[in-house]
Amino acid sequence: MKVKFWSWAAFLLGLLYFALPLIGTLEFSLRKRRGEYSLDAYRWVFEDPKFRETFGYSVVMALLTILVGVLIVVPTAYWVRLRFPRLRPVIEFITLLPLVIPPIVIVFGYIRLYNTSSWLPLTGSARGTDFLLMMGYATLSLPYMYRAVDTGLRSIDVRTLTEAAQILGAGWVTILARVIMPNMVIAIMSGAFLTFAIVIGEFVLAALLNRPAFGPYMQLIGANRAYEPAALAVIAFSITWFCMGLMQFFSRFSAHARAKRS
Amino acid sequence: MSFLQIAQLQKSFGQTRVVKDFNLDIERGEFISLLGPSGCGKTTVLRMIAGFETPTAGVIRIGEQDVTALRPNQRNVGMVFQSYALFPNLTVAQNVAFGLRVTGMSKSARKERVAEMLDLIGLGAFGPRYPFQLSGGQQQRVALARALAVQPQVLLLDEPLSALDAQIRISLRDEIREIQRRLGITTVFVTHDQEEALSISDRVVVMSGGIVQQVGAPYDIYSTPANRFVAEFVGRLNLIDGQVLAPADGRVRIGEAEVTLGRALTPGTVPLALRPEAIRLGADSGREITFTGPVENVHFLGSVIRIETRWGGAPILLDTFNRIDQPPPKIGSDVACSVAARDLIVLDS
Repeated sequence: MKVKFWSWAAFLLGLLYFALPLIGTLEFSLRKRRGEYSLDAYRWVFEDPKFRETFGYSVVMALLTILVGVLIVVPTAYWVRLRFPRLRPVIEFITLLPLVIPPIVIVFGYIRLYNTSSWLPLTGSARGTDFLLMMGYATLSLPYMYRAVDTGLRSIDVRTLTEAAQILGAGWVTILARVIMPNMVIAIMSGAFLTFAIVIGEFVLAALLNRPAFGPYMQLIGANRAYEPAALAVIAFSITWFCMGLMQFFSRFSAHARAKRS
Repeated sequence: MSFLQIAQLQKSFGQTRVVKDFNLDIERGEFISLLGPSGCGKTTVLRMIAGFETPTAGVIRIGEQDVTALRPNQRNVGMVFQSYALFPNLTVAQNVAFGLRVTGMSKSARKERVAEMLDLIGLGAFGPRYPFQLSGGQQQRVALARALAVQPQVLLLDEPLSALDAQIRISLRDEIREIQRRLGITTVFVTHDQEEALSISDRVVVMSGGIVQQVGAPYDIYSTPANRFVAEFVGRLNLIDGQVLAPADGRVRIGEAEVTLGRALTPGTVPLALRPEAIRLGADSGREITFTGPVENVHFLGSVIRIETRWGGAPILLDTFNRIDQPPPKIGSDVACSVAARDLIVLDS
């Protein structure tokens, strides 16, 4: 009985620690109209063309980043697992580097390497800078994408499935597209949603490359308005939670997940 | 000319040579088993035939074609894996159709062929199911159908029954053999289970340490093993030392008995082997050797009774059929046994 009481006490304390700031932010975001709760702050945010513009930009960048991330990470992780298992620690170390190298270092490196007077002047055009930003996002999400994909690969017998497909006449593209990737949909989705959440809230790369992304917009609103930043924070949290919910949904209800549970 | 020819095949991993000078000619439609303990190189040979491993030296020919340098997807070889290796994201029908789709077969022809294959393995109604909805035996049958669907020149079976329970194993073993006979497909089967190899094969290749120890029909492998390893690995065996009395005509003494083996021996001690079922309970005037030994243990195995006794001080196993009119001897009693000289196998050391 005593143990149960302390377990509940610890749980409630944790819940308050996480929930109170969020409840406070939500409550504050609803108090724009004096004396009553309203959705005015949210209305203002959704009516602001800059919100739609920056949010749309970040969503497109996130989707492109996911595509590039999947195209880089899946074949690499697959090949390392299949042919170079001894290289796994090296690859894992490389994928962890974005966690120890701050984004500001990465972006200054980009600006120095790809400025208008360099041999590859990517920052000289909007599309070039977008490409640079997308690659930066792919780098930042690498630890999460790689781990998600690697976990997915660990859950299937990559070698035998590859050999079974090969002996039936399949080439590498068919094997990856029809055998390996469909069997790691949940893992790829997990990596994709984490990447999406990272890109939507990212500030440093977008601000220093001067691109109209959602992160710098949130910062701008935060510096100039009172209730709208709280509304934006709630919106950003909702997006992240929605992504997490989708991850859970796919991992619980896909046919492949059912196969693994049975 | 043989259909599948393997000549001077060698494989090394670093400094370790796992297959040494492997030679084998397989006729079209033949069922060959590679039998041996773990690490003997049998799976490596199979994987070299499939193209998953590149030989260090040697040649593999299928039909008239040298396939040694071809990739697995260029060899037209079918393979069934120990772990089934069905694609979990595809239904049974899609799994069977996978190889056909890769070859570019039309949808209608594919559908027809899939139905034919599923009927062949007796799972005609299971097309829309996913692998996780099938039992182990059913999954392995689907794997067999998938391998056969593309009409391969050679079928490779890599311990396909190892993951199944005993009853399913026997029924699927018979089913595989029946399908193989019906289709007349050249088959190479890898197993470490001697009973499996002996019961299913036209010929058995016994391997040890990367070397072929003996190639022969199951009866020959069992009855006339080429050397001590084959004799010990295939079936149960009693090992007895005989004292050579007359090397020229092969006269030896075993315990109190003297027997002529009818072949020249080197002077000294000769290692002999005797199958447990070659020893008969009771004295038999038609057999050259008779001895009496104490019953040390009795194992009731259903149709067979296994008796542990001694001959000339050496432990001996004796297998006899369980007969209602002849109850098993009691432990501690003495039993008379008889042996025919022709059943004694002289082992080359």
